Amino acid sequence: MSIRVEKVNYIYGKGTPYERKALDGVNLEIHKGEFVGIIGHTGSGKSTLVQHLNGLLHPSEGRVTVDGVDLAGKDKETIAKRHSVGMVFQYPEQQLFEETVKKDIAFGPTNMGLDEGNVERRVRQAMEFVRLDYNTYAERSPFRLSGGQQRRVAIAGVIAMHPDFLIMDEPSAGLDPVGRMEIFSRVKEWFEKKYFSVILVTHNMDDIARLATRLLVMHNGRVAMDGKPMDIFLNHRKELQACGVDVPPLTDTLLYLKNQGIPVPETARTVQEAAEKMADMLKGDTHAD
Amino acid sequence: MDNKQVLIEVSHLTHIYETEGEAPFYALRDVSLQINKGDFVAVIGTNGSGKSTLARHLDAILLPSEGDVLVDGLSVKNPDDVWKIRQKVGMVFQNPDNQLVASIVEDDVAFGPENLGVPREEIIARVADSLKKVGMESYRKHSPSMLSGGQKQRIAIAGVLAMHPECIVLDEPTAMLDPSGRKEVMETIHRLNKEMGITIVLITHFMEEAVTANRVVVIHKGQITADGTPEDVFSKVEEMKAGGLDVPVPTELSYRLAQLGLPIRGDCMTNKELGEELCRFVLKK
Repeated sequence: MSIRVEKVNYIYGKGTPYERKALDGVNLEIHKGEFVGIIGHTGSGKSTLVQHLNGLLHPSEGRVTVDGVDLAGKDKETIAKRHSVGMVFQYPEQQLFEETVKKDIAFGPTNMGLDEGNVERRVRQAMEFVRLDYNTYAERSPFRLSGGQQRRVAIAGVIAMHPDFLIMDEPSAGLDPVGRMEIFSRVKEWFEKKYFSVILVTHNMDDIARLATRLLVMHNGRVAMDGKPMDIFLNHRKELQACGVDVPPLTDTLLYLKNQGIPVPETARTVQEAAEKMADMLKGDTHAD
Repeated sequence: MDNKQVLIEVSHLTHIYETEGEAPFYALRDVSLQINKGDFVAVIGTNGSGKSTLARHLDAILLPSEGDVLVDGLSVKNPDDVWKIRQKVGMVFQNPDNQLVASIVEDDVAFGPENLGVPREEIIARVADSLKKVGMESYRKHSPSMLSGGQKQRIAIAGVLAMHPECIVLDEPTAMLDPSGRKEVMETIHRLNKEMGITIVLITHFMEEAVTANRVVVIHKGQITADGTPEDVFSKVEEMKAGGLDVPVPTELSYRLAQLGLPIRGDCMTNKELGEELCRFVLKK
């Protein structure tokens, strides 16, 4: 299973003075089982790209297919494929609209034509996914919840559609570190159970380093870099910076120390891991003397 | 700095959100805080800690349920002084798209002083000057909608500057920006603080931003739980983590290395400090 983007151009405001090429000859294949991070500065084309992946935008030229089905179509098969790619937008809580949490989460699966029993099961499961207690929250108005809880309701609404590919556009913007961890630990768990692949658009390089199996760097509407996150961070930092982005804060610190001649575990993904390895390395040095 | 003058005095501030049919929620509980003129204060805390509620009291968007906030001696509770307070304390919010009102950059920046009744010639001068101070003078005639997030935030800051404020309160101004946009905004507010002596209150979730402040205030469940220099506050790594907050990478790394038995300081704030500590250690052996 895969999403294929073939020679896609996308032009905003065609024929107006504001005409701008947002995607420029993008070729890309995303396979089931990947956790793809997409980074790039504002205006690099990353949000435009992900909106093509479930047919919210159609290419000006080229095509996007999911399992071989062109998303530009309007038939049943196309719609089913579009449903298999779930999208969590930036600030998804702004799109809540129903009277109760339960109804809001049920909106997607109901539209897919599932019967009541199935919808109910999926709502319960999605609420369990985002750790919102069904008995406490199902009948409450989503507008009476905190911002973090609202976001979880919005994510549950997408999860309830059982997507094969889950696209998340800055899902942790504005959340504190604990809120971020909560969202990502569940996503990671389900990703590892192979319930879905993940396409994560973010400015947060820490999240990319910890989670992504593949990193795409967008620049001027093109995929400028495509590879393993650590390889790009450690071996292609100059190119990364030329694209207006940089390595995660931890990698930045470790590379700085390395430059000072201090032995470091430069591939470490968490501070804890870095500290443990560094302590061994530095103590090891002492023993050697 | 000698001769510190208090600009904002928060005393015993309590703010209660009341929703029909629900128990009253104490967003702030008996908070007292003084902010000195020319200071650069970062306010950090988890979602729902009350930090935005606090920020919104500083220019009378929210009013105290109990206690008081004085800005340059003026109480936010006195309706006659509200506009004077809002001229002294400008706010910049998180979403760059929600706070620009005009279709041309210079009109947007002129909006504040127009409302203050500043004469036309003076407005023109203020707009030019404010745009220059945020490095956006060449975008005077542009449409804000065509700018990047970082540029939009700098326009929002220019709009506040045009009111000649003493203090700018920024509520997560970089949360929606990419790394270069964040850098633009941070450099701009540091420059305004240093060169013009404008007091900055920065609400943020980014510890790398908070560590650049002179003073860090931690809010937890509506109360101030820590207040001091970045070194004072961030060196308490375990407490910060237990409170749901992070610390800058060099701080956490130095702390953990010290815990693991390396004879180094556990409270380095920057890469440079950590580098110096470790260099010495490596050379010592």
